[in-house]
Amino acid sequence: MSARLAPDPAVPLVEMRDISLSFGGIKAVDGVSLDLWPGEVVGLLGHNGAGKSTLIKVLSGAYRADAGEILVNGKPTIIASPRDAKTYGIETIYQTLALADNLDAAANVFLGREILTRWGTLDDAAMENATRKVMARLNPHFRRFKEPVRALSGGQRQSVAIARAIEFDAKILIMDEPTAALGPAETRQVGDLVKQLKAQGIGIFLISHDIHDVFDLADRISVMKNGRLVGTARTSDVTKDEALGMIILGKCPPGAIPGPGAMQA
Amino acid sequence: MSTSAGGATPLPRDAAVARGATLRALEVDPRLLGMLGALAVIWVGFDLLSGGAFLTPRNLWNLSVQTASIGVMACGMVLVIVTRNIDLSVGAILGVTGMLIGVLQAQILPGVLGLEHPATWLVAVAAAIAVGGAIGLFQGALIAYLAIPSFIVTLGGLLVWRGAAWWVTQGQTVAPMDGRFRALGGGIEGAIGANATWIIAGLGCAAILALMWITRRRRIRYGFPARPAWAEALVAALACGAVLGAAVIANAYPLPMGIARRMAEAQGIAWPPGGLFIPHGFAIPLLVAIGVGIAMTLLATRSRFGRYVFAIGGNPEAAELSGVNTRRTLMLVFGLMGALCGIAACIATARLNAATNAAGSLDELYVIAAAVIGGTSLAGGAGTIAGAMLGALVMQSLQSGMVLLGVDAPLQNIVVGLVLVAAVWVDTVYRRRIR
Repeated sequence: MSARLAPDPAVPLVEMRDISLSFGGIKAVDGVSLDLWPGEVVGLLGHNGAGKSTLIKVLSGAYRADAGEILVNGKPTIIASPRDAKTYGIETIYQTLALADNLDAAANVFLGREILTRWGTLDDAAMENATRKVMARLNPHFRRFKEPVRALSGGQRQSVAIARAIEFDAKILIMDEPTAALGPAETRQVGDLVKQLKAQGIGIFLISHDIHDVFDLADRISVMKNGRLVGTARTSDVTKDEALGMIILGKCPPGAIPGPGAMQA
Repeated sequence: MSTSAGGATPLPRDAAVARGATLRALEVDPRLLGMLGALAVIWVGFDLLSGGAFLTPRNLWNLSVQTASIGVMACGMVLVIVTRNIDLSVGAILGVTGMLIGVLQAQILPGVLGLEHPATWLVAVAAAIAVGGAIGLFQGALIAYLAIPSFIVTLGGLLVWRGAAWWVTQGQTVAPMDGRFRALGGGIEGAIGANATWIIAGLGCAAILALMWITRRRRIRYGFPARPAWAEALVAALACGAVLGAAVIANAYPLPMGIARRMAEAQGIAWPPGGLFIPHGFAIPLLVAIGVGIAMTLLATRSRFGRYVFAIGGNPEAAELSGVNTRRTLMLVFGLMGALCGIAACIATARLNAATNAAGSLDELYVIAAAVIGGTSLAGGAGTIAGAMLGALVMQSLQSGMVLLGVDAPLQNIVVGLVLVAAVWVDTVYRRRIR
């Protein structure tokens, strides 16, 4: 907990510089640089296989980059495991949700960070209590605290995954396709939550292939293609068509800052 | 369960919901109830078939001793299977550990400490737990860090440790064991007597009531729904009734006359013409098994380690991404399994009063069967210690019941095999229903 630093408004919350990662000779991520400021939402766009999820897993500690560096609050950091990422306040909501289906909501929310009684045993009542509080914010109708999350609906499971990320005051939130499994009402709920968290000064990486979602919520977009960064732009400076051009062709429009992966005109 | 409404017709909802509500108020695992029901059927059935020879204090007391070793190992097997692994080497680990502590107390310790030294049994038990635990940790490290499938590592272990058991004495049987050590195996010196039995039963009831009260108070403090008072009272009464009933049965089994007479003479009590009724009381191996069962239940349900074990079984990737050290946890699960094999080796060796290199042969299969009959899912992520111990009791009941009826050994194996398959089938059907 002491590793967490108060955000400094003059430096980005997180800065990834020239990150590269290969799997068996294939460069999944190739020299990508990204940054994220407090209270900012950065949409990370790209086709399937563009390297978005791989890049983000480097930040969340699931993978280690072959090259490049990560700065949190301007300080170089080494993120060797998911546990390291969490000590820096980096929380991730994975596309697969990464829930243990046989455990209940509270056990999942606190997995790896259990509340213990003074005898060192699990304090399930305290964990359920905290989970009830955070779920009341996210999904007020949620009542199924005693059931394994396997029995829950897609939207309820998503709420549990989000609850796990925001319960431990995250500074940096990574949302990998947060609305892929949701209906329209639940998608709107996630959108409201993103705005609420943003207002609290949390920085959010939003990974999505729904360009409309991203334009509604994000301040900036970064586009990846074939593992490389095509470019980064403020959503106010580019149109949706231009963004599609970046995703599909790798063509960087005038309103964007081109990256190494931009098509040479 | 008894709804035969046929494929597409809906279940008779009202009855099912009402029964479900009662069960939910009691918060008792329906699967556990089913197992208790099956056990009752087996016991009553054998009693009727054997003309009242099964449900006697003597037979039930022996049953408790015979179940102990498999029951202890089944506790560890639950955690192994919950993590989506298997351990085929438990019988062989029991064998080699039993041989080592046999040699230790029959050939080495008498020279160091002196024959029948009071510390001999402690050294032997500690050595068994250490050796078993070390073997388990070693196998666990191969499985967790080198990513060799547990089936292969423990299949290799089965051969290696069984061979090692023979190697310890070139196949010679080691006997006799230390006198105090023998108490771990039951028998006359391994029975604690009437008064101690009542004290333990009383403490057991007090612990049950205290635990239920603490749990209830905590739930109420956070404003969660607690069990209704009648349900709480009923569960408490049943649990305490079971403990006291076991004490009554254990105290209804007298020591043989000759031994009772010797004990009376030793204490200067006049031997009455009708003889003296000196009860056995609880068997020490039973107490060891129950102690292991309670400790393992606490570990599985109330500790961080147990939570991680179940999380790994539910979704290994999720556990890893949540910051759980999955490899270390997995290695420790196998280490724990090995340590429990060490305890089981003490019980088995003490009961036989000899260490043989064949001890524990085929135990791996009985232990896995006990865990699976007890509701541990081979797909991982689900299982209870209490269920596994009940599973061990079901299997042992079948076997000793058939021995009592004079059923041939090959037929015994056939029946146990069929019961295993049938039990898993029933469980699969049940799981599909509750989905």
